Amino acid sequence: MPKDHGIGASTKRREDVRFLTGTGNYTDDINLAGQAYVHFLRSDVAHGRIKRLDTSVAADMPGVVQIFNGADFEGVGGIPCGWQVTDRHGNPMQEPAHPVLAQGKVRHVGDAIAAVVAESAAQARNAAEAIELEIEDLPAVVDMAAALADDAPKVHDDLDSNLCYDWTFGSDDDAIKAAFDAADHVTTLDLVNQRLVANPMEPRVAVGDFNRASGESTLYTTSQNPHVIRLLMGAFVLGIPEHKLRVIAPDVGGGFGSKIFHYAEEAFCTFAAKALKRPVKWTASRSEAFVTDAHGRDHVTTIELALDADNNFTGLRTRTMANMGAYLSTFAPSVPTYLHGTLMAGNYKTPAIQVNVKAVFTTTVPVDAYRGAGRPEATYQLERVIDKAARERGLDPVALRRQNFISEFPYETPVAVAYDTGDYTATMDKLLEMVDRDGFEARAAESAKAGKLRGFGVNCYIEACGIAPSALVGQLGARAGLYESATVRVNATGGLVVMTGSHSHGQGHETAFPQVIAEMIGIDADMVEIVHGDTANTPMGMGTYGSRSLAVGGSAMVRATEKIIAKAKKIAAHLLEASEGDIDLKDGQFSVAGTDKSVAWGDVTLAAYVPHNYPIEEIEPGLEETAFYDPSNFTYPAGAYACEVEVDPETGRVEICSFAAADDFGNVVNPMIVDGQVHGGLAQGIGQALLEGAVYDADGQLLSASYMDYAMPRADDLPNFQVDHSCQTPCTHNPLGVKGCGEAGAIGSPPSVVNAVVDALQRGGHDVTHIDMPLSPGRVWQAING
Amino acid sequence: MTKVTMTVNGKSVSGAVEGRTLLSDFIREGLRLTGTHVGCDTSQCGACVVHVDGKAVKSCTMLAAEAEGAEIKTIEGMANPDGSLSVIQQAFQDHHGLQCGFCTPGMVMSAAALLAENPSPTESEIRKYLEGNICRCTGYHNIIKAIMAASGQSVADVAAE
Ligand code: FES
Ligand code: FES
Repeated sequence: MPKDHGIGASTKRREDVRFLTGTGNYTDDINLAGQAYVHFLRSDVAHGRIKRLDTSVAADMPGVVQIFNGADFEGVGGIPCGWQVTDRHGNPMQEPAHPVLAQGKVRHVGDAIAAVVAESAAQARNAAEAIELEIEDLPAVVDMAAALADDAPKVHDDLDSNLCYDWTFGSDDDAIKAAFDAADHVTTLDLVNQRLVANPMEPRVAVGDFNRASGESTLYTTSQNPHVIRLLMGAFVLGIPEHKLRVIAPDVGGGFGSKIFHYAEEAFCTFAAKALKRPVKWTASRSEAFVTDAHGRDHVTTIELALDADNNFTGLRTRTMANMGAYLSTFAPSVPTYLHGTLMAGNYKTPAIQVNVKAVFTTTVPVDAYRGAGRPEATYQLERVIDKAARERGLDPVALRRQNFISEFPYETPVAVAYDTGDYTATMDKLLEMVDRDGFEARAAESAKAGKLRGFGVNCYIEACGIAPSALVGQLGARAGLYESATVRVNATGGLVVMTGSHSHGQGHETAFPQVIAEMIGIDADMVEIVHGDTANTPMGMGTYGSRSLAVGGSAMVRATEKIIAKAKKIAAHLLEASEGDIDLKDGQFSVAGTDKSVAWGDVTLAAYVPHNYPIEEIEPGLEETAFYDPSNFTYPAGAYACEVEVDPETGRVEICSFAAADDFGNVVNPMIVDGQVHGGLAQGIGQALLEGAVYDADGQLLSASYMDYAMPRADDLPNFQVDHSCQTPCTHNPLGVKGCGEAGAIGSPPSVVNAVVDALQRGGHDVTHIDMPLSPGRVWQAING
Repeated sequence: MTKVTMTVNGKSVSGAVEGRTLLSDFIREGLRLTGTHVGCDTSQCGACVVHVDGKAVKSCTMLAAEAEGAEIKTIEGMANPDGSLSVIQQAFQDHHGLQCGFCTPGMVMSAAALLAENPSPTESEIRKYLEGNICRCTGYHNIIKAIMAASGQSVADVAAE
């Protein structure tokens, strides 16, 4: 029987009611008395020098309050980068300045040059059009290999080159050389993990406010991590101490990584509100979002896999160029390095692995974390090269994987991480149960009758979630801690409020977190309220990304609740005249072991706040505790995915016939929410495999800058998904045994789609070993027709 | 500025609009009915879908002035008179057909229009009908399930999990 409440129950989401009735409170729904509106004048060229910027005519336009440009921000800090990578020679990465408004040069289409603040959004827009601007065109720097040439034009004149860093990681040169020298076979694959746009459906919005009486600035923003924004913007950009700066991220309409980062528009609105002493609001149009939200992926890779005569993996070497875009977005340097290199072992016991990454500046929108962030790039290259190796060796791709699975835990990889637990055979077995591989030939014959080519693709993945511990990430270059926090406040009449540093923007924390507390105390989940998204009433937290909320934030909540229970037991012991060690808490009742004496949860909480009969010498009144949880390791969800496709050789069109995902997320709090997270991830991964791609032309113009040109997956593009998470090897180092599930679908799905298409073409007699994503009809047709 | 009058969720409303004011802006800014969302500027995403005289319309593609005299329904008018969730809204909650909630108002309005036209659509009819509604969170699986359920059909086939 599935549980109907507590941990493991598919409790329906309480937040849905407001979203379904139009009573959510998204940032654009916030309008403050007297607010002005800002419109940014943005560069329409990729690279150029600002020769003339004349705002005099525009300033006289109706409704204009003030026009700002780069000069207004000369005394202000730039947008900081939150992660410093050290290159293979031990030197720090090259880190360019990132002004709030362009100073001297523009470096990508969309770079903000001036900001017009006016009484209405339309007036701000009209006035921006009247600004006289002259830009001397400089050559665009789009292609990464060209950007690294000696004579390439520099994106940042004050840097040595367009190379941000050249980073090597994993096994040393000798070990790698030995592995490849001794190999019986080496499979090599060149591939592109194309640039994507995260595209949460809610465009970014920022509203700055300033309270003249208290001197406090408030920023309402579409963020996944309001405390991080407060710290970065307050300390590094505007010089406002935390106690004078409040950041509120209310309901947020999806993030997928793109709303982690601190953006210039947030700093601008906060700055301008203080300067003008009135609220300033900015709402991105979708067109603006395409050229200002940090993009994702954009790696060009060569990977080589060495096998011995028995087809054991003996070495893996991968070289990647990673596009940083024009500036370093908040966590950009970490994505191709510590979120990518550390994952290159995948699910396999390859003894020697070396990763090299060159991060490159180009005149394009900055690139940073997007759902999976580094891990999809690692998984894609590894699972594609394994499939190619299986084909070259005439082996079943499932068998080759199985043979090389890591099967003993804990397992230390050659790329610096230690998997605590997992069972890759179990998820593969489960997957094969789900997909009816034996029936494939019959289905392929049916497809053939209709003139279609059917293919089957499989892959595994491993993920590292809840990036931590802080001390380690500090050594690796993070300029932040990666703990999470929770304050649990119990009210006198027994209800609880949990103030979490995590942030929910679709993940369902308001429902799932109370399930945990309800289970721990034995009370109704409705007695628990979750507060998040406001730095004024939540403890300093790092927010939500990297599938960390439950594994890290949930753990902090558990720790705080444990403290609450420990104190409540002391009070109960006093009320029951028993010793603390004899008190049990079950179903919301404290009882004395072996007796029928008990006291209810509500009586204890009341006593804590009305301490008439109370052990006041031993403990303080009140019942409120905070915990900060810093994990000792990442968590390692893993799984096996399979895709079956039909390819129309006439048109090159690929149809997904079925998609199955067998995941191991450890323990699961709300299976319904977990299924939903996997569905969404799969849609984004399949979107990457078949549809999506941000394309720049040689002049640095973004060609796919609207939903007309950037192919978002729509209902009709996707199949129903088969998902399963019944294989559970609980995480060994967090109190809930949970691993995280938010990114798995996006990490795990692209390779099996591409593997399936290659399989279909091979079965159709076409000698195609690889096609770069997205597998659009044109690309597939071309691959078929040489 | 011209004055427009229309019925929104059963109430007569009026306001002064510029000729170029979009219906979506009038609803959000003029009437402060912020349940209707704006997710794009190319009429592609469907976050802004409302009913105009019973038909699903992307409110960002229509001028407020064009809605003079029209009967408009937005997400705020979808619940039952007693405030409880309507069948479609309830099905979205029951089947986890929403995550961040941003596309949801448009999805619910489109689903209601579909079911008014076609009371028991097939899965593929639903997928085709939702062509103009983008959801980035759910992968559509549970939205399809919710709409099937709201139409009183079995969701066993969609529930392939
Ligand atoms: S806002 Fe109307 S279709 Fe996107
Ligand atoms: S629920 Fe977030 S876009 Fe659909």
